[in-house]
Amino acid sequence: MMEIGLNHYLVLSTILFAIGLVGVMRRKNLLMLFFATEILLNSVNISFAAISHYYGDLTGQMFAFFVIAIAASEVAVGLGLLIVWHKKHNNIDLDSMSTMRG
Amino acid sequence: MFEAVAFYLFAFLTISMFYIAVTTSQALYAISSLAAGMIFISAFFFILGADFLGAIQIVVYSGAVMALYAFGMMFFDTTRDVKEKHGNKVIVIGLSIISAVLIVLIVGAPIVGSNIEALYPITEGAGNTQEVGMVLFTKYLVPFEVAAVMLLVAMISGIVLAGKKMDLSLTLMNEQEILKMREEDKTKKVLS
Repeated sequence: MMEIGLNHYLVLSTILFAIGLVGVMRRKNLLMLFFATEILLNSVNISFAAISHYYGDLTGQMFAFFVIAIAASEVAVGLGLLIVWHKKHNNIDLDSMSTMRG
Repeated sequence: MFEAVAFYLFAFLTISMFYIAVTTSQALYAISSLAAGMIFISAFFFILGADFLGAIQIVVYSGAVMALYAFGMMFFDTTRDVKEKHGNKVIVIGLSIISAVLIVLIVGAPIVGSNIEALYPITEGAGNTQEVGMVLFTKYLVPFEVAAVMLLVAMISGIVLAGKKMDLSLTLMNEQEILKMREEDKTKKVLS
């Protein structure tokens, strides 16, 4: 109990990932949806860093760096697209984006 | 002992902050709790000895990403309450937990099977930042450069998407010009 091992971190990462997935599924506002994706990426980063520490290997940390870089560029492009959408439709709800519905 | 106390404290704080970020109906509460959760996550990196990663986490997430979201929120009407989907809660939570466990199994299965061995082991007598630099600029140089190009592409696309009409200054225009510009915008499609 008092000795923190790899499993503790993996369980924590699972809980955070589940929270992020709940957010992705129930949010309708696209900005809130982006927040939930940030939570997903961060939970994965925790498990990468933990595995890197407990196996004495730096590869996990490297992947965490690249995940952070991808998250940053995703935010930049996503917010740009959101601003364009908001200028045109004056809302950012997911329900308004149904032009590709079959 | 100290590590266990720190782990449980920050685990509780992170989970509660992200829970608030996911469930609250006010965008301002969501962004504040998300920023707090990001900083608490960097505590795990410091506990795990990944000092450089923890510093990057604070700089990139709490600095850059949160500032970008805060600027983005100024464009949107975030004062009204956020509408939610009211689906079956059991299905949503069940599916989330199942897929999260699946992800962890996919990542953890080769580790549990102990098929993993340290490709780039941590060198003795070097700080974390030094090790990261040595591995990043030798073994991972090409992905590093590709990530740099990707960030450049993201920056240009952000400028192009969000920066339309940036050559016009609303403070220097008079009322008639602004109204005329708005009318032209309505007739013209922004994104087609």
